[in-house]
Order: sequence, then structure tokens, then C-alpha cells
Amino acid sequence: MPLRDQTYLRVVLYEAADAEPLDGEQRFQAMSRLLGQGFALTRVGVAGRTAPADDVPALVLGRFRNGVEKITAEATTDRVRFTNISGFTDEQIVGAVETTRVEQKAVQHGGWKPWFPVIDYDRCTNCMQCLSFCLFGVYGADSAGSIQVQNQDNCKTNCPACSRVCPEAAIMFPKYKAGPINGAEVKEEDLQREKMKVDISALLGGDIYSMLRMRSERAQSRFSKERDADKALNERQKCLTKLAAMGDIPPEVLMSLPSPEEIQKRAIEAKAKAEAALAAQRV
Amino acid sequence: MSSSPEQPPGILFCNCTYAQIIDPAVKAAVLRQLCDSGQSFEAVADLCEMSARKDPALKRLTAGDSVKIAACYPRAVKWLFASAGAPLNVACTEVLNMRELAAQPVVDRLLAADLVPNLPPGKATPASPNATFPTPPASS
Repeated sequence: MPLRDQTYLRVVLYEAADAEPLDGEQRFQAMSRLLGQGFALTRVGVAGRTAPADDVPALVLGRFRNGVEKITAEATTDRVRFTNISGFTDEQIVGAVETTRVEQKAVQHGGWKPWFPVIDYDRCTNCMQCLSFCLFGVYGADSAGSIQVQNQDNCKTNCPACSRVCPEAAIMFPKYKAGPINGAEVKEEDLQREKMKVDISALLGGDIYSMLRMRSERAQSRFSKERDADKALNERQKCLTKLAAMGDIPPEVLMSLPSPEEIQKRAIEAKAKAEAALAAQRV
Repeated sequence: MSSSPEQPPGILFCNCTYAQIIDPAVKAAVLRQLCDSGQSFEAVADLCEMSARKDPALKRLTAGDSVKIAACYPRAVKWLFASAGAPLNVACTEVLNMRELAAQPVVDRLLAADLVPNLPPGKATPASPNATFPTPPASS
């Protein structure tokens, strides 16, 4: 099921009027564990404000003074449940939340590391280089020809390669290790460095995929004479290692690339999409 | 440059659960002090994950006059929300970067009554290239 269609459970820890507060350590441990399991939490304290209710399933936890039965009768709906956690350990609190998640058919969290490009539209010039470059269909264009990230799920975890081809350093991966790709402010020296990487890539054969293709073709020609499959594999691995170092691309991503013919086909398709988007901008 | 909104700013804490990019000690210290403060607040497992699935809750989480967000870089946070169709108001949002700051300055700013907007100014949303939010109000 696509990420956007999944149902989530909102957990509310109620510690305001008519409820006893949890002790500090238990509150922290319970919240830490629930966040670690992917739940979104609202803590209702004695001060400040919380976000308004919405229509997602919610579980309200509290040490209710008047007993949960009264509150439940007045406020429980199909989507909102109350649980009195008086006497619960933090483990039992987490267990109660998990039980409700299953009953509400809400999604189990943590199955996917959220790794995908985020475009900084203050910097993006809509040049479509990212769309031309990505072989996995992550990018697309809207009806007005503006670049968009359309298929986040297709992105290859830990691969920041498209951000390397962006001449404006406009593509972020917030979970990347270093700036400006992680969202840190873009400095002039960053721009120069990013441009240099693109230039190096161009010098090596237009882009890394065409470089891969060319080397593969050269190797195929040579090995067709030598008929040595081991040498072919070694050559491919050498090429992949070099590419991985150049673009900080995880070797597993490069190793999972399709055949050179398929790469060429996808590259042509991506380029056509980019050209169509650029043409739409000009209309 | 700071402003004192009429309503207290909402507080949103991102646990960045699915990556090891924020010092766990910083995250834990911020969460613990928020828990101990008696303040109401919102906490989410991972803003990136919510943005990827365009979670409608992102709009709810930032509803109201103003919000302070403990997460990562302001530039990343701005466009994570915008790309999910829940653009932040530049004039009313303060992002505390737990990748760069120690826990105490983050907590101090989260619990302070005033708000220091620090999102990058510029476009409001990807789809409105000419739309911009007003610049933050002058210092009070």
C-alpha cells in the first residue's frame, strides 16, 4: 500500500484537569519507547496548547481521577478511545498502544527508512537535470512543467547522487551526513564544489550512467574476444567502485543497476520526460 | 529579531527515529526536559517519514499562530512541510536544530515565551513561485 494511503494512530497522553500526572521517569520512558516505535504523540500538560483534533484514530491515555468509565461514556467514538493507565508500567502503556494500533488496523511503523530528495524551491531553477539523471522514476513534472518529487518510495536508500548533479545545490536529503545536502545553509564554496563535481562527471563521459555504459560496452567488446567472464565481472566491479567514490553512491545501489541496455532505455525515457517538461514551461 | 505572539507558540518535537543523525543524548535530553516542563507539546517519530506520505497531520501540527519545532536544519524543515502540502509560515516558525545545537539551548528556546522566526525567506510553496510570506516582524 502506498505510504500516503496508510492509517496511523495518534496517541494522546493526558495529564491536565481530572488526571494525575505520571511520574517523570515513567513519562519519559513511555514517550521514548512509543516514539521509537514510530507513533505520533500529543502530551496534554497543564500549560501550553496542542494541535487540534483530526479524523485519524486516537487513543487517549491518562490516570483519570473520575474513572475512565465516565469519560468513556461521554467522549468515546469509533475513532477515539480512552484507557486509564493508573497502575500501568511503561511497558504496559506501550502494550496498550500496540493493542489499539492492531485493533484500529493502523500501520506498523518502521518498515522504511525515509530517504528521498527534498527540493529547495528557493534555489531550484527547474533545469530538469535531476529528472534526466534519475533512472528510478523518483522525479516527475506537474502539468505546468515544474519539477516534483513524485515517487519517494522509489528512491535508493543512502544514495544522494541526484543532489550531486544539481548545479544549484537545491536537492536535499535531510538524513544525509553532511551539508549542504543535509539542509545546512548553502555557502559559495559549496556551490563551487558541487559544480566541480558535475564538471568532473561531464568530463568522464557526460554523466555517470553514460560512463558506466561506455565502460561496459568497451568491456563487452574486449571480453567477447577474450571470452573471460571473470574479467568482465572484475571490470564492472572496478567501474562501480570508482563511480561509488565519485558520487558517494552506495555500492549496493550501483550493483543493483539494470543491464546497460536497460539503463540506456531508462535514461532515454527520463530525458524525454525532462524535455517535455521544459517544453511545457516554454508554452 | 523576536516577537511575542498572543497565544503561546505550539511546540513540536521530531525524534528522527529512522536515522542516527542526531546525537541520541541531545534528543533524549530535550525530550526529558519537555516532559518535565508540564507544557503541552506534540512529538512525532520522524518528520521525513510524515512528509514522504504527505501526512495531513502536518497541517494540524502547525495549526495556530506560531510554532517552535525541534528537528534539524531550518531549510530542510521548511521544504519537508511544503512538499507535503503543509507550508510553514515563515514569520511565525522557529526551528531549533538538534544536529547543531546542544540540548539546553534547544530547550531554552522551546520554552521561551517569545519566538524568533528563522526559516529561510523566499517562496512559500513549490506551486506558487511568486508567492512569498511577509518578512518577519521587526524586533519588539
